[in-house]
Amino acid sequence: MHLTPAELDALRLSLSVAARSVLFSLPFAVLIAWVLTRGRFAGRWLLDALVHLPLVLPPVAVGYVLLLVFGNTGPVGGWLNRNLGIQLAFSTAGAALATAIMAFPLMVRSIRLALENVDPGLEAAARTLGARSMDRFLTITLPLMWPGVIAGAVTAFAAGLGEFGAVITFASNIPGITRTIPLALYTAIQSPGGDDQALRLAVMSFVLGLIGLLLAEMLARRARHRTGR
Amino acid sequence: MLKVKVTKQRDGFTLDAQFDAPTPGVVALFGRSGCGKTTAINIISGLLPADSAYVELDGHVLTDTAAGIAVPPEQRRIGYVFQDGRLFPHMSVLRNLQYGLKRTRAPGVSITFDQIVALLGLEQLLQRQPYQLSGGERQRASLGRALLSQPALLLLDEPLAALDAARREEVLPYLERLRDNLSIPMVYVSHQFDEVLQLATHVVLMDAGHVVAHGPLSQVSLVPALRAIVGPDSVGAVVDGVVTAVDASCGMAELRVGSGSLNVSVSSVSIGERVRVQLLARDIILATDEPRGLSVRNQLRGTITTIVDDEDDSRLITVDVGGATVLSRVTRSAVEALGLRNGSNVWVLVKAVSTRGHAFRLGSG
Repeated sequence: MHLTPAELDALRLSLSVAARSVLFSLPFAVLIAWVLTRGRFAGRWLLDALVHLPLVLPPVAVGYVLLLVFGNTGPVGGWLNRNLGIQLAFSTAGAALATAIMAFPLMVRSIRLALENVDPGLEAAARTLGARSMDRFLTITLPLMWPGVIAGAVTAFAAGLGEFGAVITFASNIPGITRTIPLALYTAIQSPGGDDQALRLAVMSFVLGLIGLLLAEMLARRARHRTGR
Repeated sequence: MLKVKVTKQRDGFTLDAQFDAPTPGVVALFGRSGCGKTTAINIISGLLPADSAYVELDGHVLTDTAAGIAVPPEQRRIGYVFQDGRLFPHMSVLRNLQYGLKRTRAPGVSITFDQIVALLGLEQLLQRQPYQLSGGERQRASLGRALLSQPALLLLDEPLAALDAARREEVLPYLERLRDNLSIPMVYVSHQFDEVLQLATHVVLMDAGHVVAHGPLSQVSLVPALRAIVGPDSVGAVVDGVVTAVDASCGMAELRVGSGSLNVSVSSVSIGERVRVQLLARDIILATDEPRGLSVRNQLRGTITTIVDDEDDSRLITVDVGGATVLSRVTRSAVEALGLRNGSNVWVLVKAVSTRGHAFRLGSG
């Protein structure tokens, strides 16, 4: 199966958007997971709900809110545009931002699950051995939750390859800039005589998703083995 | 000197404990499960906040809630050996051992890596992962890790409780070696009296969140409250003595105890070493006249100091044998028949074989 230049563009864009979204959101996901697991503060339930909101909201609604906030006339988007010359709406970076927010709950869930399995007693032991908080986190907590971080990142990456509603709403459907595989697929379906093209793109999505999930499982298994559990 | 004064309320339980203990030495916090021992050492370590607490080690105040002092656990130089070992599962034994050594806040390294590896027999285990270790090996590695952080105090929370009898016997000698070879003060939490007997130099007896008695084991062993904790059959005075003669052929040693001497069954000791023996009250016979023609190896002269009720049909008699004290359980009828009362002069008879398994080497000095 040879890919046409347009298909290659879509594939390259999908991979780039998903990779950027994961790299951008991973540190935040670890932080939020940590706060939700170990934090003891009043508004915890609210933060928990906010993080999980993209799972239940229509993706179009998320994209629309992003447009309001990060659009060129929005409060954050306007500021970024004026002061740093960054434009998020209708750009690849914007597609990555929309994808990151949609995949965020998946990542947080996976990391949080892993963190809940880290025995706080081990951190206490590290403490008695002279390790300060950041030292403990980097040498004990993070390595022990690493399988969950990896699994979360790969799952978010795989899910990010297929993000549609939020991306098309916030970043639009611009060939070579924001037209990822699902957007290209949608375009093909909408075009007269685009059935063959649509099928080819659907198969590509299917294969990519499968590879992503298998990779997540394999990495998590390897990481678990390394810690002997 | 270790000075501890702590109070903490939690779920209807009140810990209100105060004790001092000499350093170096092994202080045993002894009492039933749930009496607050672990809570007490968690407060000493700084891991658990107390309602009010004062902890001072060799002149350094570590916690003083009244003055707002609370040194963080990572700066206390207090090593902690947990009941479950808590080795880091993603690190080899070697890296576990190095963890504390790299982060030590001690001015210099006085306990070296090689010394600990030799003392705890860890050579063969260094490249292994924690899940590949037996329970006993895990605790030895955990001990080594805590010691290599160069602690000024070592806390041990029932380090043998999770082990079966055979593993316990495997690890106990290592703890003795640490006590005898390193001059690190230790606080040893246990609800097993035989561990206390074998290791402790000082005992803090706890019950329901309070300190019932504390002092040298020889004194605490006479405290009546101990009976309810160890059970009536384990009541018995503990005496420490210096070895004056050894008969290696039959595993016997003669100890100087107070003004008399005592033959006990103990192996691998040499002259000049100190030996501790528990003389179970149920094994001690009292006589009003000097007995002759008996197989009993030990006859000590003494004076009765107290007679208290024990069980329904027996009484517990405390006898001063000249610098040392022993307990004897005697039936009520025998007390009456012999006319025993405070101040009576008696002969205390101790079968040497009854000390088998109840005598322990304490090291020299």
